[in-house]
Formats: sequence, C-alpha cells, structure tokens
Amino acid sequence: MAMNGGLSVRGLRVAIHHEGGDRAMRPVDGVDFEVAPGECVVLLGESGCGKSLTALALMRLLPDGLELAGGQARLGDTDLFALPEQDMRRVRGGRLAMIFQEPMLSLNPVLTVGQQIGEALEAHRHPTAEQAAAETSRLLQAVGLEDRHGTSYPFQLSGGQRQRALIATMLAGEPELLIADEPTTALDVTVQAQILRLLKQLRSERGMGLLLITHDLDVARDMADRVVVMYAGQVVEVASREALYARPFHPYTRKLFSVLPSAHQRHERLEHIPGSVPPLGTVFTGCRFAERCALAWERCHAEAPDSQTLDDGHVARCHLVSAPRPENAAGAGYPPETGRKTAEAEQVAAELLEVTDLAVHFPIRKGLLRRTVGQVKAVDGVSLSLKRGETLALVGESGCGKTTLAKAVLRLIEPTSGSVRLEGTTLDRLDGNALRVARASMQIVFQDPFASLNPRMRVGEILEEGLRSLRPELHRGHRADVVAGLLEKVGLGRDAALRYPHAFSGGQRQRIAIARALAVEPRLLICDEPTSALDVSVQAQILSLLQDLQAGQGLGYLFITHNLPVVGYLAHRVAVMYRGRIVEEGVAQDLMGRPLHPYTNLLLDSAPGRGLPEVAAAPAGRPEAGVGCSFAARCPMAVAECAQAAPDTSTLAGGRRVACHRVVPE
Amino acid sequence: MTLSFRPEILWSDALLFLLLAALAVFAWQVGRHEHLREPWRRVGRSRMGMGAAVLLAAYALVGILDSLHFRPALPAEPGQPVHYAAEVHSVLDTLVGPLRTQVEETYSAPLALHLYAKETMELPDGRQVRDFPRLKFGGAHLAGVEARAGDIAGHIGMGLLAGGVASALALGLALVFVGLGAGPQGPSGSPGHLGITGAWSALSRSSSLAGLRAGLIVLCLLLLLAAAVIQLAPHYHILGTDKVGQDVFYLSLKSVRTGLLIGTLTTLIMLPLALFLGVAAGYYGGRADDAIQYLYTTLNSIPGVLLIASAVLVAQVYIETHPELFDTAAARSDLRLVFLCLILGMTSWTGLARLLRGETLKLREMDYIQAARAFGISHLRILGRHILPNVAHLVLIAVVIDFSGLVLAEAVLSYVGVGVDPVTASWGNMINGARLELAREPIVWWQLAAAFVFMFALVLPANLFADSVREAFDPRAGGQA
Ligand SMILES: Nc1ncnc2c1ncn2[C@@H]1O[C@H](COP(=O)(O)OP(=O)(O)OP(=O)(O)O)[C@@H](O)[C@H]1O
Ligand code: SF4
Ligand code: SF4
Ligand SMILES: [Mg+2]
Repeated sequence: MAMNGGLSVRGLRVAIHHEGGDRAMRPVDGVDFEVAPGECVVLLGESGCGKSLTALALMRLLPDGLELAGGQARLGDTDLFALPEQDMRRVRGGRLAMIFQEPMLSLNPVLTVGQQIGEALEAHRHPTAEQAAAETSRLLQAVGLEDRHGTSYPFQLSGGQRQRALIATMLAGEPELLIADEPTTALDVTVQAQILRLLKQLRSERGMGLLLITHDLDVARDMADRVVVMYAGQVVEVASREALYARPFHPYTRKLFSVLPSAHQRHERLEHIPGSVPPLGTVFTGCRFAERCALAWERCHAEAPDSQTLDDGHVARCHLVSAPRPENAAGAGYPPETGRKTAEAEQVAAELLEVTDLAVHFPIRKGLLRRTVGQVKAVDGVSLSLKRGETLALVGESGCGKTTLAKAVLRLIEPTSGSVRLEGTTLDRLDGNALRVARASMQIVFQDPFASLNPRMRVGEILEEGLRSLRPELHRGHRADVVAGLLEKVGLGRDAALRYPHAFSGGQRQRIAIARALAVEPRLLICDEPTSALDVSVQAQILSLLQDLQAGQGLGYLFITHNLPVVGYLAHRVAVMYRGRIVEEGVAQDLMGRPLHPYTNLLLDSAPGRGLPEVAAAPAGRPEAGVGCSFAARCPMAVAECAQAAPDTSTLAGGRRVACHRVVPE
Repeated sequence: MTLSFRPEILWSDALLFLLLAALAVFAWQVGRHEHLREPWRRVGRSRMGMGAAVLLAAYALVGILDSLHFRPALPAEPGQPVHYAAEVHSVLDTLVGPLRTQVEETYSAPLALHLYAKETMELPDGRQVRDFPRLKFGGAHLAGVEARAGDIAGHIGMGLLAGGVASALALGLALVFVGLGAGPQGPSGSPGHLGITGAWSALSRSSSLAGLRAGLIVLCLLLLLAAAVIQLAPHYHILGTDKVGQDVFYLSLKSVRTGLLIGTLTTLIMLPLALFLGVAAGYYGGRADDAIQYLYTTLNSIPGVLLIASAVLVAQVYIETHPELFDTAAARSDLRLVFLCLILGMTSWTGLARLLRGETLKLREMDYIQAARAFGISHLRILGRHILPNVAHLVLIAVVIDFSGLVLAEAVLSYVGVGVDPVTASWGNMINGARLELAREPIVWWQLAAAFVFMFALVLPANLFADSVREAFDPRAGGQA
C-alpha cells in the first residue's frame, strides 16, 4: 500500500547480536505503521518497548551490537533498507530527518548554530553563499529564533533554544518526514509547550510527516493525528486520536489511561498494572501482555494474537477483537481497584516544619584568586509550613531552586540566612550530635533511582547504614529485622536485602530508596521528583505506596515535582516557586482551579493535555539583575509598577498567599 | 642445629611480599563480593586476557623465585660459629644451578662451541696458534662441531616429550575442573555430571570457556618451550654469553625480577599518594583542592627525567659515602632499586590523582552520597564506604596500564645510566652493555635480542591484559559494573 510520499513500515525487526545465538533477542519484533504526508503519528509506549530503536532502524543508525533483522520501510517510493549507504547518507537529514531528546548531544559544540545550518544546507541543497545566508535566516525565523542566534554557540543557548536550533538544522534538508524522539522530555513544561506548538505549526506549513515518539499520553493527545501504541517490541494498538482517547480498545492502552493520576481521582486509589515489562529475551508463546492483563484467559496464554481491524478503524493486537471473553473464564476482569478510597492521614494541627525567610546564595567566583564577584540567589527568602500528615507540593521550572531549598532544609547545604524549625526545634545552630538526632526526623528521596543507591553495596547494607548512624542502640539481629520489615513495607521481599541495586528495576530501586529514608523513622519526607524518571505504570505504584505510608505513619511530605496532574492527585497544598521565591501558595484544588499569579497561570496552561493553548508570554530569558518583580520580563500582566518594586506577599481569603502587584486582597 | 643457609630479606623482597599480601587480601575481597567478582569473570572469559595472564604468571613465578634470598653457610670447623657467605643467592639461582656458575672467558654466540674472539693457544705439540678456543662449558661434552646438530635435536626432542607429558597433565586437570562444573559456569549451568566426553566438548566448544581454552593453549606452548630449554640449557649457552662470559639466558631470567619490581613496587608507592591526594582534593574541595592541584601542576611542569636523574644521583652519592650501612653488595644495589621505584612513584602519581579527583568530584554530588550525609554519616566513613569502592575500578585500570610503561621506563633510564645499579641484572643494563658492541664486526646481536624478546614477551601480554581488564570494568561494555 505505497503512498505518494509518506512512510510505510512493514514487519520491522531489530535483533541483538548474541554470542551463543541460541536465544533470539528482538527489542523490535514486527512493527507495522504508516505516516502519511502532513500527518502526525505518535509512537507511544513505556521505556524499553522499542520506540527509539524503531526510529534509529528507520534512519539506519542502529548502535553497535544491534542489527536490522527484517522488514521493509518505504519513504515515498524509495526502499530505505535497500539503498546503498552512500545514497542513504543523502536521505538522512534530507528527506528523512530526526531530532533527539538531548539537543546538546546532537549539536556540534564548536560550531555556531548558523554554521551548522549552513552545513546541512550545503549537504542537501548546494545553495550559493547568498542563498544560504538567506535560507539560514529564514530557517531561524521558522523555528522562532532570531538572526543573532545564528552566531551563537550551542552552549550559549538555553535548552529550548538548542532544541529549536536543532530543529532548524533538520529542516534545512526540507524533510518529507521528521522523526522526533522525546524532543521535549528534558525540557520544562513551559518550553515543552512552545516546542510542541512549533512542531505542529511546521508540520502544517510544510506538509511534512511527523513521527513523534513519547511516553507521555498527554503530549500524544495534544499532537497526534494517529497514535501507535507499542508494547514489548510490537504494535498493540493503532487508532486515530479521537477514537483512542474516547474508547481505548487494547487492555494495555486502557490500563495506561487508568494509571494516570489526575485531580478527578483524588482520594481514589490509582489502578496498578501488576508486574513489569517482560525483559528482553523472554520467549512468548501467547499474548505478550498476558502476564499482566486483567482480561487474559487460556487462549491468551496459548496463542499469540494478530493485529485485527475493528469497525471504528481501531487496529488492535488482541483476541478480544474477534471473540468476546468467555463468560466462564477464570480471572477477575475489570476493575479490581478503581474507585477504592485511599485512607487519609489525620492532619494534626501541630506544625511539622516551619521555614522562615530561608535563603541560599551561591558565590560566583572568578579569576585566579577565586574572588567572589557575585551571587546566585538560588533560594531567596522562602517561607513555608507543613503539618503532620500533610503533603505540600513544590512546583516550578528547572533551576528555580527547588532542590536547593530541599537540601537547605536538610542542612545538606548551609543556608545563607533564615531559619528552619522542625517539630518546634530550631535547626539553624545545631551541629554534631544534636544535628544527627534531628536528622532522624527528616529524610529525602531523590529523583534518579539509578544515582541514589550505591552500586557497590547490598540493599541490606544500604538500608542499615542510616540505622547504624542514627539508631546505634539497635543490635545486629534487631537491625536485620528492621530491614526485613522495611522491605516488606515497600513491597519487596526480604531476600532483596542480599542483592545489589543493579538487580532491580527503576521502580524497585525507588522503593528501596524510600525504604532507606523510612529506616530512621522520619516524620518529614522530602521527595525530589520521585517519579519523574519512572514509567506511568510504575509511578502509580510509587504514589500509592507514598499515600499508604502517609496514612499509616502520619508522614509529612514536601513533594517536589513538575508534573501537575500528580500535584492535583496527591497534594493538599501547593507552593509555586519562581527564581528562588514562592510566588503563590494555597490549597491544591483551589489553587489549581483558580490560579491568581500570572506565572501559575502560565504553568497550568503549558501543561500537556490541554491542547497547547497559545499563551501570551515571552520565552524564559536570562536572569536580569534588578529591582522589581523577577517575572516581569515574561509577564503578560506587567504594569509599570512591576519594574520598580518587588511585590510583597499578601494573604488572601482561604489562606492563599500571592506575591504580585496585580493581585490585591479584596 | 644450625641451618646450612640464612634467609636474607632485602628491602625490595619485603616490599614485594607486602604487595603479594595486599593482592591476596584484594582477591579475598573480590571473592566475597558478587559485584567485584563479575568483571573478573569477564576477564576470565576473554581469550586475550587469559592467554596474557598465563604468560604474566610465568614471569611472576620467575620473579618470586628470584626474590627468595638467602646466604649459604660457609664450611666451618666443628665447634666454630657458622659463618655465612657474603654473596646473596636466590632460590632461582639454586634452581638454575649451572647457568650461574658456568662462566666463559668472554662473548660467545648462542649455542656456540667456541668463543667469539681469537686467542693465542698452545697446542699439545708446543706450537702456538691464534684461533677461536673451545668454550669451557658450552657443548664441552661434544667431540666437535659435527656432533652438535644431532645433540641439540636430541635434547630438544627429549624436552618436547617431557613438555608434552606436562601439557597432557595440565589438560587432564582442566578437564576434571570443567567436568566437576567448577569452571566459570559450565554451559549447562548445573554443576557436576558432565562426564569426560561432555567436559571435552564443553572445553573445546563452549564460548563461556573460551578464556580457559586460550589460557590452556598458551600454557601448553609454554610448557613445551620450558621443557626444551631445561633440557638444553645445562649443556649450551642457549642465548650466548656476554662480555665477561656470563650466560645471557641467565641474565635475562634475573632481569625479570628487576622489571617486575619496577613495574609493581612503583605502583605500591604511587598508589597511596594518588589515592589520598586525588580523593581528598575531590571530596573536600576548597583550600585542600587548591593546594593539591597546585602541587601536581608544579610537579608535572618539571621534566620527569631530570627529576629522576638528579634524585638517583643523590642516592648514589649517599650509598657510596655510607658503605658501612650495607653488609652485602646485593643489599646496596637493592637499595638503589628500591630508591628508583620510590622516585618513579613520586613522579608518576599525578596522572592517577587527577583522574581520581575528577571522579570524586562527580561522585560527591551523587544522590547516594547526599543520602548518606542526610544520615549524618562521618566524612571518613563516606570516603571508605561510598567513594573508595566506586573509584576502585579506575585505580585498577590505571595500575595495570601503568605497569608496562614502567617496565619500559626502567630500560630507558638504565640505558641513560640513571636507572638501577650497573651490577643489577636488568634489561636496561643488558641493552646498555650491548650498545657498546653493536659497532663490532661481526656484530654481537644476542644480548640486545634477548633483552628485547624478554621485555616484549612481558610488555605485550601486560598490555593485552590491561585491555581486557579495562573492557571488563568498563560499564559501557554490557552489564552494570
Ligand atoms: N553548588 C552550586 N553552585 C552554584 N550554583 C548552584 C549550585 N547548585 C545549584 N545552583 C544554581 O542554583 C539554582 C537552583 O538550582 P536547583 O538545583 O535548586 O534547581 P531545581 O529547581 O531543583 O531545578 P530542577 O527542576 O532542574 O531540579 C540554579 O540556577 C543552579 O544553577
Ligand atoms: S490477547 Fe488476551 S492477554 Fe493479550 S491483551 Fe488481549 S485479552 Fe489481554
Ligand atoms: S508583579 Fe507584575 S510582573 Fe510580577 S507577576 Fe505580578 S503583574 Fe506580573
Ligand atoms: Mg532539582
């Protein structure tokens, strides 16, 4: 079914070279899909399902150790896999272009953006010098950069600008199809929204196909014409966006939707997908999803389903398409857990944490003698409070000082000024033993589960470390009991204690990190983006775990995140941070439903899944030193006053606190 | 009861034994920890690595045998206290017995029967002729040159036979080892019950035993070669003799210890410096970092050879002006060797220290270190439990890679005359000696060739081994390290 232009992929297989050769490892195992000209197809799936390898195979850029093991890909009437490498080089970056997650890795750091665009033009269109200059400036404009950015080196640009520059070089060859592999995952929501809007607009202006790879269902909803859902190296469902979001068919897709947290599901238990993605090299006899499927019956375990088309244009790889589930089949079917209420922790009036005017300034040193020439005000006068059993979400763009604030509260960084009170004890001047004792009441869970566990220690040793230091009175046998209890509490077996971290998946590691923090029985747990490195199905498990722990032990959470649906689902109160300050704070539902500060508005509008409304805001620029509101440069509501004086924080009805000149207490 | 010898522990011996003890502790640690064992298993599966390891082990054996020193007792009157010879011997000297004592007049070519220089000789009938005299030892049992080829072939044949038997024995042991499933994970995964045919097919085919296979092949070749040499060496100077008639093969063997010592003891000295300074600079940062960086930048900007030359000269003067400190000549030249290691160590820690500083700087910000600090764990414990284990692979790789460089450095330094004591057997000294004779016609090539071959056969496997170690420990090469 060759189309005019457009991409058609049939039976694509990628295999891993394997010495013994007895077990075939195919991370991509028979993938079919099409991308029509001007169409945006989203390839959706959890980590490890073969999305990126599919894209790299199409570009014929598979990394060493992997090889194409079959299939066909046609771009227009060109058979991509039959081209000699020399011709393929012309296609790559020409008719078929690709942008990656980390733009810094794809841009050459020693050439200016303009030079790199020029290079791409040279390779594919052989323009004259004037033409090239004109075209470069046109391309820069097309991606929303200015001419002066052409003379910048990549490191002089922000993350979003780099991604734009990369897109500009990729457009130079006038591609028929642009493949974008998680192009916005490394970016802030506000920047993500801009880049996605840009891609959408370029697609319709140039009529090029767009193959967007993402794990984010909300991004897919904003962008896709059609969605291709992948699982364990195969396509399990293909449907138009409307059909998919209205009536997902495949049990896996349905599960994916149901594990997404959102404000509507507040106080309800999130569903789980039991188990995890099957490891590479698993030998499947039946449906690849059967082990985790709530609807599976005997046939699913015995016979692999084919892709079949439903009446409404859905294509799904599931036995349910052709045959209804037998009435008498074993298994519970849907829905085992939805709708169950979560237990709520009792919120005692007692304050757990009180932060007053906390500031952390990093000196900027320059020159041979390392003289201090200025300061980065990473945290600039923050006041917060948290009760027992309460969750306070801290949201804000990357670099606004969230992690620094967390570390300063824990005294991992010495604050410059301000005070922290934990359960009535002022921590500021504690040191030595007193600080150690105080540390037992507050712990932290980090974002990256692969960096937060020492790879050279057994899980048992990792968990015991805190006990040894903060509860030295425990003797050895008792310590082992505590460790076993902790592991059970976070849903891992006690034999996990004997293994090393690398034997665990990301979600399991995050559980271990949580168990480690809980070992010393803290009252305050700071979670720094604890689920942002995890798949949505695993995120649901971790969030449920955190909720259970809070209900059981009355933990207070300072929950740092950029994921607004998670905030809506989990948090009692929200604090919005911008450039080291809290600009708005209030009760979660109230604040998310009726944001007052312009920055909160911007954040909420930029969140994916809302159709990318055009927001009136200048792109984030470099911090400008000066008086006045720090958001003034981006603020659509700024007035003259804003540039002259920093707004004070005023308290409104319902305990809402806002720092903005335009918001006045009525 | 008196011993017929007195053990003598030279400084370098003591340090070497210390190093061996450290290695044993390290091996024990590795055995206890799964994550440490895994990369070594990968080395064990690598053909290159295991082949090289067998050769290195052979060198190490020679070096260790040559480090067990003693002084034999002198024949004494009954009732008198026993006196010991001033000369220090090693177990290797005893084992190779005749090689050491069979000293000719001067140069002779490999396997020659005659000296390399003409001498005036008196014939039985009183006439005087100038001719090449017969060697005192080399091939002395032969009637004439005509008998030599057959005799050599006979010895080699005997040697190959003995080597073949030894190889068969080694092969048999390996089969039993694999058959019992003790090998690095038998292909079936279940230990035992392979049977002799099963073991054979596993050994000859299984890809997980490729390393063992390569090691065995190298071992068998080595055994054949060694057996032939053992047969031949007592009767001939297989690599010729040098200017004062010493057997070049014997000198080459003695040089093994020198080369190994330089390669390893230097590490022993350099390692604590690099570890301590590099990790301290990275972890504590601030003033400590500034000071340490200043130190190694300064050290790096002084040309290494100059520093070494001046230090060695100072040491030489000191040794010569204090003869009373050393009761044997061996002790004196040994001290100079140790001193050379010391000074090489002092100048070569900077590279590793810089590497460790960078890595520690990165590790310090890792979340698990932050988590440990949140538990109020002391800096020393963090260094010991979190930082050190995570830089250990870097240290290991650096040490293995540095080794061959140091062996070569010794040769260069001795050649320039600022290396080991001129009376210490070393490849550098051999090359230095040969240099003077290269202009001679016909050329005296065997001394240079022997030093070259021996050094090459050490440095090449050392580099190959270093490569496979680096590959095994490189986290990108599959499997989490
Ligand atoms: N050790 C440091 N020295 C100097 N500046 C620092 C240091 N640590 C952080 N900063 C700066 O402080 C600011 C706040 O950093 P922080 O890590 O707290 O941001 P964040 O809000 O946690 O961002 P993200 O969402 O990306 O994690 C940034 O501008 C950062 O560059
Ligand atoms: S085929 Fe069976 S196991 Fe697979 S998704 Fe459909 S119902 Fe579930
Ligand atoms: S103070 Fe002014 S610039 Fe700042 S957020 Fe409010 S309106 Fe915008
Ligand atoms: Mg952060």
